[in-house]
Amino acid sequence: MSDKVTAYVRTEMLEEKAPPSLNTGPLGWIKENLFPNWFSSILTLVSLWIIYKMLAAFIPWAFGGVWNASSLNECREILQGVDAACWAVIHERFWQLMYGFYPDHLYWRPNLALILLIVALIPVLFDGAPRKLLWISVATPFVGPWLLWGGTIWTPVAAALGFVVGIAVYRLVASALSNLAGLVLGPLAAVIWWILLAGRFSDLVSSILPLGIEPVESRKFGGFMLAITLGITGIAASFPLGIILALGRQSNLIIVKTLSVGFIEFIRGVPLITLLFVAQVMLAYFLPKGTDFDIILRVMIMITLFAAAYMAEVIRGGLAALPKGQYEAADALGLNYWQAQRLIIMPQALKIAIPGIVSTFIGLFKDTTLVSIIGLADPIGWVKYIQADAAWNGIVWELYGFVALVFFIICFSMSRYSMYLERKLETGHK
Amino acid sequence: MSEVEFDHHADRSRMQVSDEVAIEVVNMNKWYGSFHVLRDINLTVNRGERIVICGPSGSGKSTLIRCMNRLEEHQAGKIIVDGIELTSDLKNIDKVRREVGMVFQHFNLFPHLTILENCTLAPIWVRKTPRREAEETAMHFLEKVKIPEQAHKYPGQLSGGQQQRVAIARSLCMKPRIMLFDEPTSALDPEMIKEVLDTMIELAEEGMTMLVVTHEMGFAKEVANRVIFMDAGQIVEQNEPEEFFSNPQSERTKLFLSQIL
Repeated sequence: MSDKVTAYVRTEMLEEKAPPSLNTGPLGWIKENLFPNWFSSILTLVSLWIIYKMLAAFIPWAFGGVWNASSLNECREILQGVDAACWAVIHERFWQLMYGFYPDHLYWRPNLALILLIVALIPVLFDGAPRKLLWISVATPFVGPWLLWGGTIWTPVAAALGFVVGIAVYRLVASALSNLAGLVLGPLAAVIWWILLAGRFSDLVSSILPLGIEPVESRKFGGFMLAITLGITGIAASFPLGIILALGRQSNLIIVKTLSVGFIEFIRGVPLITLLFVAQVMLAYFLPKGTDFDIILRVMIMITLFAAAYMAEVIRGGLAALPKGQYEAADALGLNYWQAQRLIIMPQALKIAIPGIVSTFIGLFKDTTLVSIIGLADPIGWVKYIQADAAWNGIVWELYGFVALVFFIICFSMSRYSMYLERKLETGHK
Repeated sequence: MSEVEFDHHADRSRMQVSDEVAIEVVNMNKWYGSFHVLRDINLTVNRGERIVICGPSGSGKSTLIRCMNRLEEHQAGKIIVDGIELTSDLKNIDKVRREVGMVFQHFNLFPHLTILENCTLAPIWVRKTPRREAEETAMHFLEKVKIPEQAHKYPGQLSGGQQQRVAIARSLCMKPRIMLFDEPTSALDPEMIKEVLDTMIELAEEGMTMLVVTHEMGFAKEVANRVIFMDAGQIVEQNEPEEFFSNPQSERTKLFLSQIL
């Protein structure tokens, strides 16, 4: 071997070329992905056979079912031994699965509340929506429950006034004492207002100016209306609470930190169902005498607290993934803590945490079915009621299948939305 | 380290040092746990000075300038910036940070915001500048660092050199009186170092007070009026650049210079 190097100088730069085409149409794709070698080919054939067998059993059962009958026995007579679904139960009990015992002449109210909610979510979920819609987003948390429960208009007004009280006290204390004192006393004032004064205020005003709609008691709530009500409030309330807990856990203030860690670890260490039992029987002991806490409200609080603890940990994961330089750059520019959190840290941390956040939301929504154990008539509760009816005794697949399908549609939409959001927030930076 | 050739030589006549004190550090000490990172630092920086701080890694040079806007806390001694002493008082810290810009080794641009938003964020939220005015200022400084056409892109779409120039523009948008540079070119490819240093030279010519932690000795010769050499948490030697490079006094400095030049 000689030491001589062959000198080389490129005189012309190469043109860009298209990559060689690997796939030759759909047939090429099939050959490459399904039948690349004999072993994979066998697996493909076996899989196709299994899928065929499943569909061959399911499709005639589902689509050959009976839609009009008044009992399971009638279904069986119509089917005459053919193994097919008895969808008649869904057809007959559809409104109860959807609304429970909610008075049927008032169905428009939950429907309107749902429409209002969807309109309210548009400016939150999609940017580019008219900003004026945000007013609906602000009003919906008060108007929505009022539509569902009815009663005097002054109850939602009193609830909204709580925020006004809280913000006013915060402003006052923050300017007179310190920001921290305002952050403690403001929310405290709002809570005092809600627990002690709001009820009296709405009673007083409604005795002077009675404006209202027909009230509906909580025990009449049921079906998917109940599940969606619980799910939406849980999601809407646990998210901000989770952010606050996640920040609290990272705080330098030892009391804030200890309280946050204690809360998160306690709630995560306890099954949701025990918290629901607490809501059912025990919460009344802890509240001042005379405050009559609605059972649905109590359950909402428990579901919210439960989801918030998980949410806090998911968000903490997002916070931990942010490089320290982001905090430093925000500090160096003179942004204060809350500005840095709101403008720099949270937008990035939440984006990182989207998959976990949406998983928590989906988990929360499915966990609402646990309320059937403490006697609330959510869809699962209704399945049991319907099965207990002599006419439908023995029906299983159709009811659970229907409930599962509705849950799947809602949860799958949430999952697709989260993927859309991740794509939208992608700015080419890892 | 190879030295960068500059197209345009700095016009030293335009760099005036005034008698006014910008930063004063008196007997400052800092520890990380029990590790003594900064030891008895005494340093006075006048307005208009361009100081280059160099030294081996771990010598405390980055920590020193990070103390000057309180990204790091010192445990003993005094740091007075623009007449304001840095203590645990948050209001003073915010006041100092408004007047002191900082450029980091890893740029630390906000990846979820466009270049323009990166530049207008602090003026709008900290200085309460109206958005339109903040955007005009931002475009002015982006033109100055020669990337106005990238204003609506995201940081992830820019090269390292471009990102660092945006980071400089972002700091300048706050109209700071002092600029701190923490190894601004250490994370850049050689081809990009020059574009960032050119921007910094222009800034020096406009009379900005600058403290620069860097290993770019070409830059030090070009613009610095003082070079500080640090080792083991202390200031070992400081001098005018010509004297510093041609006639270093301490053995430690000689060894360091022989290794990097």
